[in-house]
Amino acid sequence: MPDEKQTTLARMRAGQSGIVVQLQGGHGLVDRLSALGVIPGKRITKISSTLMRGPVTVEIDRTRLAIGFGMASKILVQLDDESTK
Amino acid sequence: MKILLMGNPNVGKSVLFSRLTGVRVIVSNYPGTTVSYTRGETKLGEDTAEVIDVPGTYTLEPTSEAEEVALQMLHTGDVVINVVNATNLERNLYLTLQLLEKGVPVVVALNMWDDTRHQGIDIDLDKLRELLGVPVVTTVAVTGQGIKELVENVLRATSPRLPLRRRDERWAAVGSIIDQVQHVRHRHHTWRERLSDASVKPFSGGIIALAVLAASFIVVRFIAEGLIGYVFGPLFNNLWAPVLMRLSEILQGGGFLHDIVVGRLIGGQVNFLQSFGLLSSGLYVPFAMVLPYVISFYLVLSLLEDVGYLPRLAVMVDTIMHRLGLHGYAIIPTLLGLGCNVPAILATRILESKRERFIAATLISIAIPCAALQAMIFGLVGERGAQYVVIVYGTLFLVWIILGTILRLTVRGFTPELLIEIPPYRLPQWRAMLQKVWMRVYGFLAEAIPIILGAVLVINILYFFGVFEAIANFTAPLITNFLGLPKEAVTAIVIGFLRKDVALGMLAPLALSTKQLVVGSVVLAMFFPCIATFVVLLRELGVVNMLKSTGIMIAAALVTGGILNLVW
Repeated sequence: MPDEKQTTLARMRAGQSGIVVQLQGGHGLVDRLSALGVIPGKRITKISSTLMRGPVTVEIDRTRLAIGFGMASKILVQLDDESTK
Repeated sequence: MKILLMGNPNVGKSVLFSRLTGVRVIVSNYPGTTVSYTRGETKLGEDTAEVIDVPGTYTLEPTSEAEEVALQMLHTGDVVINVVNATNLERNLYLTLQLLEKGVPVVVALNMWDDTRHQGIDIDLDKLRELLGVPVVTTVAVTGQGIKELVENVLRATSPRLPLRRRDERWAAVGSIIDQVQHVRHRHHTWRERLSDASVKPFSGGIIALAVLAASFIVVRFIAEGLIGYVFGPLFNNLWAPVLMRLSEILQGGGFLHDIVVGRLIGGQVNFLQSFGLLSSGLYVPFAMVLPYVISFYLVLSLLEDVGYLPRLAVMVDTIMHRLGLHGYAIIPTLLGLGCNVPAILATRILESKRERFIAATLISIAIPCAALQAMIFGLVGERGAQYVVIVYGTLFLVWIILGTILRLTVRGFTPELLIEIPPYRLPQWRAMLQKVWMRVYGFLAEAIPIILGAVLVINILYFFGVFEAIANFTAPLITNFLGLPKEAVTAIVIGFLRKDVALGMLAPLALSTKQLVVGSVVLAMFFPCIATFVVLLRELGVVNMLKSTGIMIAAALVTGGILNLVW
């Protein structure tokens, strides 16, 4: 049941990790995210989110990125096993 | 020969550029410090080659103005030194592969090589050279390690002319290279990383942001007031004043030349704030009032820049900035604006959309007082009581919020979401940091002093011929009835076009009430940008948008001044 383990980056809890599955957005969004290395297949760990739908901070390829909430809602992530427990 | 330094943002291109050319440039620890290119020269054996520091870019498919500059530069270069952050090959190699597809000769500099060891990263250099097909040199730009070898390899730069690839193919190629050349050992989180995480979490991040901003404000004031009270003030009052008095005697205490050089005597004495001569107020304002604040502001700002705090602040204020039609990263140009509006408006190039740039530049030139103006506000308004300084700042802050909201609702276009890399915290390199402070202070001295002296000269001559009298009478109804200021204050507003600090200084001899002084300070801060800001607005926004911006400025200044005058 892969769907149960799939969520968006915006919905992930701080500390959870997973693999980026899909960027559900238009060209502009995909261009900007992939320039920074956010592409399907990459491991991603959520570090924190901020209040009032502010940006989320993630670690990907040992770099930290801050990603706006709306963008984060369009990044589909397959959670690791241990993260879902 | 033209050598381009290209690479991702914040990998140390500008530091490397300084190493290669000896040209000093501003370097900081956040992506987007360099928004336009800088040229320099370096020795290449017998020949000299031109070296260009290109703004950082993640990709050759540009997403911001700074990245567009990078792409345009690429077509003009003979060789590219691709500066790569060795601790983050996965992300940096994407641009490398794009460059290798372009056919321009490339040499790769694996910068921050010393950090790979601390971070437990092993890179097989020979394998990397083989896979990329170009020379690869390891460098530590901040210490100069590897620079010589890099220069030697510039002539060996080649292009493997890789076939053009699609994005996913290119990322797959990067992945395959990484698998073959890089091995990362597991390690524990350091305290710096913990602090890094804490500064972007909702609660601890908010507290850290408030603490950093409050501490910055207190430290800036403490250092500046210390410099004024113990260094510059005594120097002028005890050493320079007697010299001027002698000069005044020699010039027989009055007349045209006396009033221009020494200024008008107040109660038989030189008064540095009110005399308004070239050698009295003309020197006192820039050196004893403004310079101390310029020095202390840039000390604190440079420290924040080099530690790497600013991108974290951008994350924390993102939600607020969206209410002004901007995103969090706009806080960086805004903070720069508290020093000088000119580099601040240039720095709006790190913002992605035209709309954001227009809003940010307009808000900065209206509601963000530069260090010179702030120094004068502290000096003149502060004399009447700290609460009045708070009123001036509070008003400007409200204007920033309200005007920003209006602009968000009315300016067409869109504001993208925040998407930035957050660099690791670094300990500042003290020498480099002080050098940066010096460059900025020197920039202030070189640009401001001639204009200040020129302004004081022009003021005196225009006074002498009664030009200001005419302007004052003409605008009197607006100035006196609406803003509640004496009609002479209009001369200050006119001079504000040259320099805002001198303009505010012109209010000093007018014997204003506290209310008038506060209204005058706010109006001066908001009204018309100084000439340097005006020029950079014109260049960055174009004629039409600059005129729009100026119109908004004049309207906002009059409305705010009028309201302040009415409600008080």
